[in-house]
Amino acid sequence: MSTIIAQSSILESAPQTPSESPKWFSDLQQQAWADFQSLPMPSRGDEVWRFGNLKQLDFSAFTEGGASEVKFQIPSLPDGVICLPLAEALQSHGDLVHEHFMKSDARLGSAKFTALHKAKTKNGIFVYVPDSVEVEEPIEVSHILTGSNEAIFPHTLIITGKNAKVSVVDRFSSSNEDDAGLCIAVNDLIAGEGSKLTYCAVQELNTNSRMIQVNATNVGRDAHATAFIANTGAQWARNESVSKMAGEGAHSDMLSCSIPAGTQQYDQRTYQHHASPHTNSDLLYKNTLYGTSKTVFSGLILVDEGAHYTDAYQTCRNLLMEDTTEANSMPGLEINADQVKCSHGSTSASISDEEIYYLCARGITPQLARRLIANGFSTDVVERLRNEKLETIVLEAIERKFATV
Amino acid sequence: MSLVIKDLHASIEETPILKGVNLEIPKGEIHAIMGPNGSGKSTLSKVISGHDDYEVTSGSVTLDGEEILEKDVDERSRDGIFLAFQYPAEVPGVSNANFIRAALQARLPKGEELDAVAYYKNLYSKMDVLEMDRKFTARAVNEGFSGGEKKRNEILQMMMLDPKYCILDETDSGLDIDALKIVAKGVNAMRSPDRGFLIITHYQRLLDYIQPDHVHVMSDGQIVKSGDKSLALELEESGYDFLKEGELANA
Repeated sequence: MSTIIAQSSILESAPQTPSESPKWFSDLQQQAWADFQSLPMPSRGDEVWRFGNLKQLDFSAFTEGGASEVKFQIPSLPDGVICLPLAEALQSHGDLVHEHFMKSDARLGSAKFTALHKAKTKNGIFVYVPDSVEVEEPIEVSHILTGSNEAIFPHTLIITGKNAKVSVVDRFSSSNEDDAGLCIAVNDLIAGEGSKLTYCAVQELNTNSRMIQVNATNVGRDAHATAFIANTGAQWARNESVSKMAGEGAHSDMLSCSIPAGTQQYDQRTYQHHASPHTNSDLLYKNTLYGTSKTVFSGLILVDEGAHYTDAYQTCRNLLMEDTTEANSMPGLEINADQVKCSHGSTSASISDEEIYYLCARGITPQLARRLIANGFSTDVVERLRNEKLETIVLEAIERKFATV
Repeated sequence: MSLVIKDLHASIEETPILKGVNLEIPKGEIHAIMGPNGSGKSTLSKVISGHDDYEVTSGSVTLDGEEILEKDVDERSRDGIFLAFQYPAEVPGVSNANFIRAALQARLPKGEELDAVAYYKNLYSKMDVLEMDRKFTARAVNEGFSGGEKKRNEILQMMMLDPKYCILDETDSGLDIDALKIVAKGVNAMRSPDRGFLIITHYQRLLDYIQPDHVHVMSDGQIVKSGDKSLALELEESGYDFLKEGELANA
């Protein structure tokens, strides 16, 4: 005998924070729920949703089913490193989580959905690496969307102490090809002084699913943060990525490799915020578009007053594999300091006939020639990870995608 | 066994360029084609390789008896035609080593994998002949290469793919004397009774280092004169003015 429990929409059901969570957390979730309800839906006139597909934002069909899984692949860790599922970390290291949990505002358009995430998140990973401790092997977390119309709200919080080092991979996938799912993920990366923090998100959801990912990176003095996003799955994915160069000498790499095909749509918004002098940020987003897929890239570099000697670069490159694709790029700059080196640019191009002819003249079929070139176009940004393990994880996802187009 | 070009006519955007080329390159021989700019030399090489900007209006090209004009570019290459380009394309993102490997893999029967260790051993030994730095394996195909590096890279591919018929389109242009000698060394190392060469050049200079068996002069889309290597020296001294004066010898 089975009992059917009517699931209510994620838009209607108030958060049910587990009773073992700290009080501050359940209070926060209630507050976030109120915020979610009061915040307006994005509308057509919003600059941060320009070219965006607002129709994708109707999440009323989704419920919190609880069938989805999270799997952790954690290497052996040096003493002092805390690496726990978020739910456990809330109990055992509540104060530390509290100090860093979702401190920055979502400013690239998804404030409402970030509030929903905050109200609903139950799982994810908390990583804290103390001063001078280095974790060599990547920590891997797999979020597997399971069940029809199920929504998940995975949270990733990574904190590195002074001169610490860590890399973390979030993989997002579906348990089958058909069930529509929704993933609203938030990751907060807090790179302490002189530390090296590398984060990599690999999104391979099925093509009936939707994804919102909001990333906030805070880079301390002389720290180096890398945030990489790979998109090959989902019907629609929206990435909002903010990197704040908070301390002098901070360096941030913001990288992405996306391969939409069919009717997939990826919408990416970025913000490079230079708040201190002698900081450096380098953004490279690459899209390889097939079918009638569509991408939007909108990036802003902001150099605060006093953030002199800033180097900031922003490049979005689109490789149009078919002339039925659409790539929109909106690069932007706002500079309020002196002695600043900034560049921004975007390109959209298809593979030239001469390149194909050249490869074919060596016996390579036109199909393989196109794939080699597309693969090379993506590999170039993946290699910027400068970490063989992470590169392999991303390249494998890319290979899986290329095998289907 | 030869590459035979018979009464070949080809146009680009309705403009006839080749107007009845006849040429036979038996295996084991090196043929050179010289001629002024615009005479159709490069077009001939592109048409043989199968470039689809050119429309063949009549004639035939047979490789060891088999017609190749209906075949695609990649198929002709696998059949044994190799064209060393005058201006090799740059292919960003694809490493030289992966590119040559893919070209070799394309020649293997389905399901058979290229032996990676043997491949690199072979690649390095050929690169040594051409005095190419190992770093060229990891660099994107021709991207940022100097003119001379691109030409050496063409010869490297030719050596790796082991073709039956090699066409070199102005491989000497843009090469200083040292680079020219290295390229010639690569070509000479490949001379064999099993391979034919067609060398297209403006100048006699390359032919000092690669001795041709036959020299042909092309003008206005036809071979207008043929001879032995002394013809190249003659042309070097007296130029192509004789073409205008109507002193045409029959091909």
